[in-house]
Amino acid sequence: MSEIQVKEIVKKFGDFTAVDHISFDVEKGEIFGLLGPNGAGKSTLIRMLATLSQPTSGTATIGGYDIVKEDSKVRTLIGLVSEKLIMYERLTAEENLKFFGKLYGVKEDEMKKSIVELLELVQMTKWKDVQVGTFSTGMRQRVNIIRALLNKPQVLFLDEPTLGLDPQTTVEIREFIRKINKENGMTVILTTHMMAEADLLCKHIGIVDHGKIAALDTSPNLKKSISEGDTTVLEFVIPNLDSDILSTVKALSNVTGVSQEDPTHLMIHAIGSDAFDTIIDAIRAKNGKITSVSSREPTLEDVFLQITGHEVRDSANQKIAQPRRGFMMGGAKSRAR
Amino acid sequence: MAIKLTMYHVYLVARKDLTELFRNRLGLAMLIIMPVFMMGMVGFIFPSGQSLGPVTLAVANMDQAYGLQKGQVATSGLLVNYLNRMDNFTITSASSMDDVRGMIQRGEVEGGIIIPANFTACLNSGRQGTIIVITDQSNPQMSGLLQGAMTAIFHQIGAAFAEQTIKTMIPSIKNPLAVIQPLTVTTQGAVPGHFNYFEFMAPGIMAMNVMMSVMTGLPAAISHEREIGTLDGMMVAPINRLSIILGKTLAQTMRGLLQGTLILIMAVTLFGVTIQGSIPLIFGLLLLDVFSFVGIGIVITSFAKDQETATMMMMTIMFPMMFLSGVFFPTQQMPWYMQDISKLIPLSYATSALRKVVVLGAGIPAISSEIIILATFGIVFTAIAIPLFKRNMTR
Repeated sequence: MSEIQVKEIVKKFGDFTAVDHISFDVEKGEIFGLLGPNGAGKSTLIRMLATLSQPTSGTATIGGYDIVKEDSKVRTLIGLVSEKLIMYERLTAEENLKFFGKLYGVKEDEMKKSIVELLELVQMTKWKDVQVGTFSTGMRQRVNIIRALLNKPQVLFLDEPTLGLDPQTTVEIREFIRKINKENGMTVILTTHMMAEADLLCKHIGIVDHGKIAALDTSPNLKKSISEGDTTVLEFVIPNLDSDILSTVKALSNVTGVSQEDPTHLMIHAIGSDAFDTIIDAIRAKNGKITSVSSREPTLEDVFLQITGHEVRDSANQKIAQPRRGFMMGGAKSRAR
Repeated sequence: MAIKLTMYHVYLVARKDLTELFRNRLGLAMLIIMPVFMMGMVGFIFPSGQSLGPVTLAVANMDQAYGLQKGQVATSGLLVNYLNRMDNFTITSASSMDDVRGMIQRGEVEGGIIIPANFTACLNSGRQGTIIVITDQSNPQMSGLLQGAMTAIFHQIGAAFAEQTIKTMIPSIKNPLAVIQPLTVTTQGAVPGHFNYFEFMAPGIMAMNVMMSVMTGLPAAISHEREIGTLDGMMVAPINRLSIILGKTLAQTMRGLLQGTLILIMAVTLFGVTIQGSIPLIFGLLLLDVFSFVGIGIVITSFAKDQETATMMMMTIMFPMMFLSGVFFPTQQMPWYMQDISKLIPLSYATSALRKVVVLGAGIPAISSEIIILATFGIVFTAIAIPLFKRNMTR
């Protein structure tokens, strides 16, 4: 049986639907990624699974327990690293760990041992008696993550665990996540807006956009799905690129996604065998000078652009390009029942 | 066992909150300074007996003591001597009415007394001797007090003078004072001792501070933790979620009681308040005061999404409570409809009960109605608050 089963879960805030009938399964011991821009509904979904928010309809089970009816059972199985740090600045690292450890029901003697071990694991032992308020963001996040591990959870929720960290700490934290997953066989649900992070860590990735799961598969399969079709990823360099050219290209029927990398670079996702000609004609018609065109291997970013019609780093309020590709949904549906 | 575990979690949360509080030096300093300011402020801005004195007074004795017989001392001289001996006055001599006026204008004295030239002459010829008190109209309060004090003093001196005259006239009389003043008034409080304005203020300030601690502290603490995200850390713990709010309430109660104790100590040591009733009963009442407010605090916590909203909601509710509950002035002075409103505020009962215990030395039977009302407020609001809290925590 799957460790986590999400069934048609919905969360509404007034008229706004933050999570819109999401369903998926997570296998025991895997790292499952929820990839999407800010405001896509990832955090709301995590909060519901962690029993911090009640679903408007639908439900989910964790380790066989219902998150609504058996929420107290669920809470004994989970650990949470949320977007905001769960740390008291005026308490020392060790005091923070002890406080939460006791609330999480960790036995006194067991706790002493695991605090020593965990602090050592994240190289924070010498800072254990220092108040958290004086720590850097990276140091705080290390303590924050081991706090969630104190009760040896079966399922660990990590909501944007590397947000705002420097590159070096980001790499360390990712290594650490992989390590604890491998050694303890812990199921990890990770949300991120960073493609590389999801690509690196997760077995299965669910692409979340506007409260829905737009696609769900392994990273190689997701990439293959867009290159196998007739999609082309083209990079144009146009020195006199302007908004007129941009809107003309966007309006073309065989263009599925456009993103502007910098003032002269344009990344275009297009379908159809005549896509190349049509785009070049359109740009020329607007007196655009093309100095270089190249096509490249699709990345997860391309997958996201392809599926949702906009980039991850765009805010969620951007208009979605319709219609979405049918064959993608087919791939997703097989898992996202 | 479940209850024991919940109590342990309540204790953990409370201890964590108090540790945070004690490590916040500035916050802690304010916690101590606030009641000191409060007490000092209400203590000194309202007039009291002690605030009069020593008053500087110019005395112009212009009495020419006509018709004074040998061996006789002028009554005017006796009056000046009497005033000089009084601790409440610092006497400066002046030569004339204009001189006294000038001194008042220059701010050298706060008032003046003129003994007219014909003072002894009038007395000796069987007429009334008149003394003129000159007041400073720019300070109406001091004028009033001076006028009252002078009237009382001279009334007393006059009576002593008359007593002697009557004794000389009718040697057989036993109690000449009864002839001069057949009626007299003595004021006595319900408990022995001198009444002091602080005795009125201190219990109210205590009740109010404890209320403020819980009412502002609880919603602020919870919404703060919600904002910074640490509340989630407690909410994912496999504990009874009520223990979070109970632990926070306990911490805020301790904070309130600490302030209450400070006020009590200050009232006794600095402001001469005598506690007539039992101290355990006072603390018991303060706890009951907290209980009656906790529910309202939790209701506000449940509704307020952030700290700012919580604080604004608090202020809106708290200010009318402060002024309508009789903390600063008796509710009996208010119009009837306001008195009716004040009856809906638990703080009114807490203040009234504490005042009865501190000032009048009342025991539990004398304040039983207040106790019942406070407990009822507490039970009703808590009953409303807890389901609301549970529901709103998992929005």
